[in-house]
Parts: sequence; C-alpha cells; structure tokens
Amino acid sequence: MTTQKIYNFMGLRKIAAGLSIALLLISIASLAINGLKFGLDFTGGSLIEVGFEQEPDLNGLRDKLQSAGYDDAVVQTFGSPVDILIRMGVAHDPKLGDQVLQTLQSGEAQELTLRRNEYVGAQVGEELREQGGLGMLLALFMVMVYVAFRFQLKFSVGAVTALAHDVLIVLGVFSVLQLDFDLTVLAALLAVIGYSLNDTIVVSDRIRENFRKLRKSDSVEIMNVSLSQTLGRTLVTSLTTLLVLMALAIFGGEMIHGFAIALLIGVCVGTYSSIYVAANALIMLGICKEDLMPPEKPEGDEVDEMP
Amino acid sequence: MLNKYPLWKNALIILILLIGGIYAAPNLYPDDYAVQLSGARESNIVNQPLLDQVKQSLTQAQVSFKQDELTDKGGLIRFPDSRTQLEAKEVISRTLGDDYVVALNLAPTTPDWLSSLGAGPMKLGLDLRGGVHFLLEVDMVSAVTQRLDVYVSEIKTKLRTEKLRYRAVTHREDGSLELKFSKSDVRDEALSLLRKDYTEFLIDSEDRENAFYLSINLAESKVREIEDYAIKQNLTTLRNRVNELGVAEPLVQRQGRNRIVVQLPGIQDAAAAKRIIGKTANLEFRLEAKTDASRATTETYPFRDENRRPNKGTLEKDIIITGSSVSNAQSSFDETGQPQVNISLDAKGGQLMNRTTRNAIKRRMAVLFVEHKSRTLYETVDGEQVAKRIPYVEKRIISLATIQSVLGSSFRITGLDSATESSELALLLRAGALAAPIYFVEERTVGPSLGEQNIELGVFSVQIGFVLVLLFMLAYYRVFGVLANIALTLNLVMLLAVMSLLSATLTLPGIAGIVLTVGMAVDANVLIFSRIREELKNGLPAQSAISAGFDRAFTTIFDANITTLLAAVILFAMGSGPVKGFAITLSVGILTSMFTAIMVTRMLVNLTYGGRAVKKLSI
Repeated sequence: MTTQKIYNFMGLRKIAAGLSIALLLISIASLAINGLKFGLDFTGGSLIEVGFEQEPDLNGLRDKLQSAGYDDAVVQTFGSPVDILIRMGVAHDPKLGDQVLQTLQSGEAQELTLRRNEYVGAQVGEELREQGGLGMLLALFMVMVYVAFRFQLKFSVGAVTALAHDVLIVLGVFSVLQLDFDLTVLAALLAVIGYSLNDTIVVSDRIRENFRKLRKSDSVEIMNVSLSQTLGRTLVTSLTTLLVLMALAIFGGEMIHGFAIALLIGVCVGTYSSIYVAANALIMLGICKEDLMPPEKPEGDEVDEMP
Repeated sequence: MLNKYPLWKNALIILILLIGGIYAAPNLYPDDYAVQLSGARESNIVNQPLLDQVKQSLTQAQVSFKQDELTDKGGLIRFPDSRTQLEAKEVISRTLGDDYVVALNLAPTTPDWLSSLGAGPMKLGLDLRGGVHFLLEVDMVSAVTQRLDVYVSEIKTKLRTEKLRYRAVTHREDGSLELKFSKSDVRDEALSLLRKDYTEFLIDSEDRENAFYLSINLAESKVREIEDYAIKQNLTTLRNRVNELGVAEPLVQRQGRNRIVVQLPGIQDAAAAKRIIGKTANLEFRLEAKTDASRATTETYPFRDENRRPNKGTLEKDIIITGSSVSNAQSSFDETGQPQVNISLDAKGGQLMNRTTRNAIKRRMAVLFVEHKSRTLYETVDGEQVAKRIPYVEKRIISLATIQSVLGSSFRITGLDSATESSELALLLRAGALAAPIYFVEERTVGPSLGEQNIELGVFSVQIGFVLVLLFMLAYYRVFGVLANIALTLNLVMLLAVMSLLSATLTLPGIAGIVLTVGMAVDANVLIFSRIREELKNGLPAQSAISAGFDRAFTTIFDANITTLLAAVILFAMGSGPVKGFAITLSVGILTSMFTAIMVTRMLVNLTYGGRAVKKLSI
C-alpha cells in the first residue's frame, strides 16, 4: 500500500524505557543531592559587571576585594576576558557598585567602567520560584485537559509523561553540571514544554489517524508505522530549531547563554521523547483501536477533523 | 480546478501582508540618541533662544549634533551616537545649571506618514537600552495603621458627643482597636451606636477584670480598600516625582497586591533617582510647647539651631497641618542669601493655619520633617539567610521660627541647610506625600553600552539562525523551499508588525523568543511538505498531492500550535519580567506563523503550480 520504509522503533522500546528511567533517576538524584545552582534572580544578592580595557588578573581582583572586606565575592569573566562579573551575598546598598569599582580601580593603570549593577531581593526570588513552578503545573494541567478533549485520555497521559520527562532531564543536566539556573533558563524550560508538546502532538495525531485508517490492530506495529511516517518531519524540524539555537548559543552573548543551552538540551530530549516516551506510554496504557473510533461516524471512513 | 484560490482570497492575504509591512516598517528606522530639555519649575520655559544658547555651547565644546526641535515637552537635540550624547549631556547640564532638567532620551525617527497611521517601532526593554529598574514594596501594615489612627480620634469624638463615658481607646499590636468602659450598659449602647455608623467594623464585646471591652476589627473588604487606596495614591505620587526627574518614557506600574515597578530608561545615576523616588518624607507643622505644658502632651525632637549646633525642640503633640495640605512649593533664597521654601496651602490648610496662628503670635512654630526608613537585618534561620526589614520613623525639626504675624495660605520655611536640601524639599512637597511608606525590594542598573551590545548580539544571532534555516530549507525542499522561505520571511515581518501594534516591549528574552519562533515556524511547512511527499509516494498525482498534503496537515498543525499557545498564554499570565517578554513573542510568533505557513505558503504554491497540469513537483 505504501512505499514508506517502516523502522522497528518499538523493538527498542524496552531499552528506551530503561534509558529514560535511568536518566530520570540520575536527574532526580542529582536534584535531591546537588540541587540547582540558582542564579541571582532566585537567591537575591548583588551583581556587578565591570569592563576592563586590558585583561585583568582574576586572582588579583579577588585579593583586592577580599582585603576591602567583600569576603563572599565571586569573580568570573563574563563573555570576554575583559568583562568581569562580580557576585556577592545580600547587601542592600545602591552605592555598592561604585564602591566596588573604586576598590578595583585602586592601583590600576587602566580605566574601568561600571556596566551593570543589580540588587535583587531574595524574597522576590522565592515568590518567583513558587510562581514559576505553579505556572508550569497549571500549564501541564491545561494541556492535559486539551489533549484529553481533542484526542483521548491515554494520549494526554502520554503527552504529559513526555513533558515531565523532558523538563526533569533538562533540570537534571543543569543540576549535574551545576549551571546557573536563572529566570532566562526558566523561560527556556517553558519553551521546552512548548516544543516537546508540539512534537508529541504531531506524532500522536498520526498514531490516531493510523489507528482509524489501518486494518491492523497490533498497536506496536501501528506505532512503528506512525513514527516512521513522521520521522522525516521530526528530524527536519528539530534540525532547523537546533540550527538557530546554536546560532543563539554561539553568537547571542553571555546573557542568554543559559537560555540557549537549556533549549538545546530540551530540543534533543524532546525529539527523543516524542518518539519513545509518548508512544511507549500509549502501549503501556494498552491503547487500542476501540479507544479512537469516533462512535458517530461510519467505520473505515477517513476521518479528518476540520475544526 | 484544484489548487487555485479565488481572487478575493489572494487579495485579502496580500492586503494583510501589506498592512503588516507598513506596521513593521518603523522598526527599520533606528532611534536617535537624544537629550531632552525641560524646565525644573513652571517658570523655566524651554524656548528657541534657550535652544540656540545650548547649541552655541555645544559648538564651542566641539560636540556635534544632528538636529534640534521644540516639542510640547521642551527641547530635543539629536546626536549621532551614544558617546556624543553623553558628552553633550555634560556640556548642557553645565550650561543650564539646576534650573533645567537634562535627560538622556531615545528619539524615534519614524517618518511622519508612518506615524500618522499610528505606526511606531517596538519599545526596547531596559536590558536593551540601559537604565534603572526599581521594585518597590508598599508597607500595607502602616497604611492600615494610619487609617486606624484616624478611626481612634473619630470614635473618641463620637462617644464624647453622645455622652458615652469610655475609659480608653487603644490601638492594639495586632491591628485591632480596643475600647474600655467601666459600665456594661454604656458599653452596649456604644456597641449599637458603632454598629449602626460603621458597617466596615467587626465588633465583639468582652468582659474581663471588672471592665467591659469592645474589640473592633476591620472587615477584610475594608482592609483591601485601604490597601488599594494606598497603592493608587503612591502610584500618583511616584509618577509626579518621576516626571520631576524629567525622564522620557518612564514606567510606573502596580505589580501584584502591594508592589510598584518603576523603570527609568536612560538614567544611569541610580543613587540620585533612588533618593528622589524613595523619599517617604512628609511635613508636620506644630507649635512649640509652652514651658509649663505637661509631658503627656509634648514630644521632643532633634534640631539644629541657627548656629548649626545640635539642639532639641519640644513640640505640642497636636498637628496643625501636614504636607498633604501643601498645594505648591518653590525653593528660592531669602534677603541674606539663605535657602528657603515658599509654601502655598490649599483653602482648608490655610484656614487651619490662620486659626492656629491667630492665638500664637510670638510663639514659635516648628516644621517637622518625617521620614519613613527601614534597616535590613540578616538572620540565619534553619541554615538559610533571611532578610528582615525593621521599619522606623525618623523625625527631625528643620525649622523653628517665631510667628511674627497671622499666617494665611502662603508663607515660607527658612533655616534649611543647603540649596540642594531646599530644592529637594520643594520638589517633594509639590509631588505630594506617599500614603504609606515604601521600601526598595529590587534594583537593577543596566549600562547603555551593555544594552547596545545586547541588541547587537541578539540581532546578529537572529540573522545567522535565520540564514541557516533558509539555506537548509532551500537545499531540502528546492522550489517548495523557496516558497517556504518567502513565507518565513513574511512571518518575521508579521511578527514585528504585531509586536509594534501591541506596542509590546522588546527584551533580551523576547529576542530569544523570536529566534525560537524562527526555528519552530518552519515546522508547519515541514509538516505540509512531508505530507505532500508522502502522498506523492502513495501515487497521487501532483495536484491532488498538494491539496491532500495541505488538508491533512492542517489538523496536526492546529492541535500542535494550540497546545503550545495554551502553554505560552499561561506563561504570560503567571510570569513576570523576562518570562513575560518571552511569552509575548512566542504567542505572537505561533499565531503569525500559522497564518504565513498555511495561508501564505498555500497562496504561493497555488500561484506557482496551481490550476495547470503538473507532472513533477520540485519538493
């Protein structure tokens, strides 16, 4: 009937499930043990960015700050070796930026410029963390309702499982590598939800169609057919998205680096999960032809739901 | 005939694209770096001679400028780049002195015909243009406390006029009021009286230790009302203060239940801005206590006398008027060159002042400066550092002068320390007092050079990503790739148009959102094209394959995009700051990409292949 090559995706489903579970366990374990390295947006504190004309000696800067009484200051380069980022624990003082600049300027031949000076209260961070988490839960719930309504409850379980899988693994990677988790990364995480959802829905859509169209009722085979048919699209879309994300990661500057990294990981995991997690969940839930037959329409008819 | 849109459909799509093009166009005209001039007082008007004087001083200092103009807000001078803009600001400030406000600004260069259509460029967020961001928290507890204090005196007066003898009216720690009576029948009478007159009170009676009590709590709705009032009053006051700073396009906005966001683009001196905005100062005018006055009716405050020596002044507890009765205030110098503030009061304030001073000639009147401040302490609770804010009120006497004659609605305050102090005091009195104290929760400064760099990197990465996608689509789908690329480009134009029309603010995460949209927008076309390829493989003829491809893919695209849109809208509703900026671009991007990928691509495909016999598709 079709010349489409069918790959035996589901042949590997047990291995894939094992891999997913292993990754999830590592992520959860790392989140429990290491936690996330929350950025300034969440912890509160002061952040000062200073521009140098020539590359400074980082250790020298640290010593200078230490002797001036800023014991907890973290000094690192930001993007280029002449841009220095200084982070310190809570200190509510608008003059801090100028004071630090003065401290660094002393004994320095070159002219330094204060590029950024932020004070962020920790209380806000806590609230945002709660709100961000709450937003994510609400988003997941709404998606579940929509998918259950448009498809079928089993599909919505599959989609949400895939989403939770992707979000947890991205968080896990950030936890294992101890990358800074700030608000832009949170935004990226939410974008991962959007992307992964997009992918999963496209695959689910084809699965639904094939359950109704194909005579076969072996769900594993239908998964294989559906995944093979959508494979081209899945790879092309992931590839174009990855292309722009790489442009963003390489050329976008330090301030959105975390954002780009989180999305890069998210898109890779999301592509994998749309193939293995969602379809796997459907098989485990025992999806069958009867689940998807619209009762009011005659059998064998091609169902095209134009909204 | 297959694959042919009717003329009206093509015309409609092209019309929408044209409108999109027009509203996106202003973004092609980059803003000019400019300096805005405005008078610090109403008497200082920016006019042509003044502008000429400024231009002359710029020429003398060898600072080049592009253009100057008079606007309804004052004068505007444009410069070729940010460095000259900063140099120019120095020169102009030096030339004009304190009488004028000189502020950095970005001036749009949108041509008139575009502006007349209501088109304008997207606004740039603080992270892209530099400036100061403050997040302020309004102290709601003290807003409610202040209101309760008013109730205390009201209740006392009411009970007295009804001849109901009470023993005490106290304001308890937990924010409720307590009335103490010695007789239960008087208490019950007071209860029914108060219940009748104050529906916003929740009143309970209580007997203990041989006394009879009423405890009064405010209803939740009343508390909300007081809080809303405090926020609104503070917003107005903050707007006034920000306007006095002369910042172009400031943002003063309520956030949540008790927070206010203030954003001042272009301002670099965060400390000065903070001093003006954060002043929770008010004034109280009181008489100096007579020497034989009882201690219970007086209070003592620090004071620096004429010889600038620390001293103390003892004042009556009763307040004649507060700063909220002040209708205007100007700073100037008296005959001996000392700074002073000339004050005008409103009608009611003038009456009160007149009535009090009539019986108090030769006594001294004090101006008490009241400032709400807070200090932050850090404590370690369960291994975590917790910031604890301890609010306190600082009061000091700034002037203690003998009343020479009966005062009316205008008089002056002398004995101020410096000209700066007098002009700041005048500004604060003009701009009104805050209804409740505010505290700084968050503060961010972004340098203009950093903002510029952010834009450059952002735009560059969008360009690179965009070109990569175009090349890939071209190689993978050939002719259909070309069509998809045209649609993708139009999608970007439409995205900019909608963002500009909504006058959404573009931020760094917003740029990231655009990048992501570019990556994901091709998805719809990829879905359609892979469907067409599939149908061709299944042996359908070219025209039917195109038609089937578009139709079949539609449901998928619709479901996939609606779910993503759902997530984006929730993000927008829940998120703040960067999350919000990102959610806006993502939602708009999804909608425009659905339009361009489905409708526009279909139109292009129809125009290329539709309505004729086609053997082979280049896909």
